[in-house]
Amino acid sequence: METGMINSSASSNKTQSRCPLQEQFLQRRNSRENLDRFIPNRSAMDFDYAHYMLTEGKKGKENPAVGSSPSREAYRKQLAETFNMNRTRILAFKNKPPTPVEAIPNELSSAAHQVKSAKPRRHIPQTSERTLDAPDLMDDYYLNLLDWGSSNVLSIALGSTVYLWDASDGNTSELLTVDEETGPVTSVKWAPDGKHIAVGLNNSDVQLWDSTANRLLRTLKGGHASRVGALDWNNHILTTGGMDGQIINNDVRVRQHIVETFRGHQQEVCGLKWSASGQQLASGGNDNLLHIWDRSMASANAPTQWLHRLEDHTAAVKALAWCPFQGNLLASGGGGGDRCIKFWNTHTGACLNSVDTGSQVCALLWNKNERELLSSHGFTQNQLTLWKYPSMVKMAELTGHTSRVLFMAQSPDGCTVASAAGDETLRFWNVFGTPEVAKPAPKTSVAEPFAHLNRIR
Amino acid sequence: MASKTATKDIITLRGSAAIVSEFFGYAANSILYNRGVYPEESFARVKKYGLPMLLSQDEGVKSFISNLNSQLSEWLEAGKLQRVVLVIMSKESGEVLERWNFSIETDNEVVETGVSREKSDKEIMREIQAIMRQIASSITYLPCLDEACVFDVLAYTDKDCAVPFTWIESDPKLIANPQMVKLHSFDTKIHKVDTLVSYKNDEWDEE
Repeated sequence: METGMINSSASSNKTQSRCPLQEQFLQRRNSRENLDRFIPNRSAMDFDYAHYMLTEGKKGKENPAVGSSPSREAYRKQLAETFNMNRTRILAFKNKPPTPVEAIPNELSSAAHQVKSAKPRRHIPQTSERTLDAPDLMDDYYLNLLDWGSSNVLSIALGSTVYLWDASDGNTSELLTVDEETGPVTSVKWAPDGKHIAVGLNNSDVQLWDSTANRLLRTLKGGHASRVGALDWNNHILTTGGMDGQIINNDVRVRQHIVETFRGHQQEVCGLKWSASGQQLASGGNDNLLHIWDRSMASANAPTQWLHRLEDHTAAVKALAWCPFQGNLLASGGGGGDRCIKFWNTHTGACLNSVDTGSQVCALLWNKNERELLSSHGFTQNQLTLWKYPSMVKMAELTGHTSRVLFMAQSPDGCTVASAAGDETLRFWNVFGTPEVAKPAPKTSVAEPFAHLNRIR
Repeated sequence: MASKTATKDIITLRGSAAIVSEFFGYAANSILYNRGVYPEESFARVKKYGLPMLLSQDEGVKSFISNLNSQLSEWLEAGKLQRVVLVIMSKESGEVLERWNFSIETDNEVVETGVSREKSDKEIMREIQAIMRQIASSITYLPCLDEACVFDVLAYTDKDCAVPFTWIESDPKLIANPQMVKLHSFDTKIHKVDTLVSYKNDEWDEE
């Protein structure tokens, strides 16, 4: 009331001070438009006509009596409401916004959550791109029989023979076959040059081969007391882990090749991984232990003390993977009794996260291009699971193997993953996408300063 | 005749339309992010209204919203826009799950005579900031959207408004018996925008 009064007086004041032409204009507007409330003007409505149109107008057709029924009245009301008394026009774009892309089919139970977090731009194929036969592949959790070298050649040990499969042309060749007493082959690992390959054997020997010349270069003897199931390179140092629980650093250039021995495991060592900086070594064993060893603490004379002894896993620790974009981050996976993927700050030894996967974790790989982790599993699904890091939301589950997926290896470009399983097949998955989509450069540069610090210390 | 000191607080129809349509752009992005219509990774953080705001980097969404914005500013400048509604629907069934309703009251005197109004930028930004905060916090009471969703935008215009070539008339996509929550308003003194979100009643609450 009060504001209305002020308004009208103000406008009349204004109109008085203005020139005639404007005044006229303003007055016209005021009389017509100054309606801040809708006051129905009954006299202006043709009620009779409206009533006729609503009730009688259609009478002649088929429903003479329905006109005044309550349901019709309600319908009319709703119609009027819907169309906002015909004073409004509701418009929408012809071109609809893009629908969010689903990377995962909806059959999974928590599909909706996955869909939300899935990358819209990257399609993750649900089936393997290629399947190769791997007859006589040993179904032994503690071995490491698959590796993909920097020269894009895959090596796989089947029984007592090591085969090479050239990923660039698909050619297969046999590198070596060891005899009954020394075999079978229990581990293979490419040297960083992609040319030399280390082969761990059941009789505790380790052989070094030149893959281009198909030639045995050297046999490392006398280190271990039993089979060598885990290998990893750190430049010219070949680290071997044996069933005897020992971890030995071998300098492959010198005659007395054993330079350091790490003693901490009571049972078979099945996981060995050097960090990208070459400073820390992670080792996992059948004694459920995960050790972090520091290179700078190693000495030839005394057995080296571990930097961290991590006892959180409740089953054998085989799956180990250093994060490519965060220097001190290690992912480890536990065996059938544990089923957990755990994340560690290897500087402090703190467990950052633990996720129960519901199945034996056989292998772990980080995506080099995205913050994602791939795990391979055993019973019951025998699947590969792609996780978003750090949320650990499942992005995809790749099934196809019919037995536990024992080993995984990543192509040098980081896109393709090879997996070998107890079903004696080797499958290739395009799970990590193409590097064009990703941007690996800033990530490596982020990781680099920390790696540098490590070396100084 | 206006005093010179007040010039910076003067707001014109054009400026007001720009503020309002920009507000829709940011509000729409914020809703799409907070309600998880598009994956989190497809959004990038920017600073706006004194708040960290998220903008979709998806080319399709970006061009949809920018096309929308240019049309909205045109209507706003003509004073023909009554309401903008962002509708979130189930991707599978098409059922409307949420309606974000922005009703606009336009000061017709400004549209017709071209006079300007006075209100400081700062104050308008503060009002918009309050709405943005409410949108971000709405996830605490809105029901979970636990299925894949799509969105659409409806514009309620005056009847005499010509339908642009790229637009079609639509039904209002109403929700039957919705729950409604009114959010803050902001007012440029030319356009007053009221925000209200209505959503599907959660069946669990009925018992």
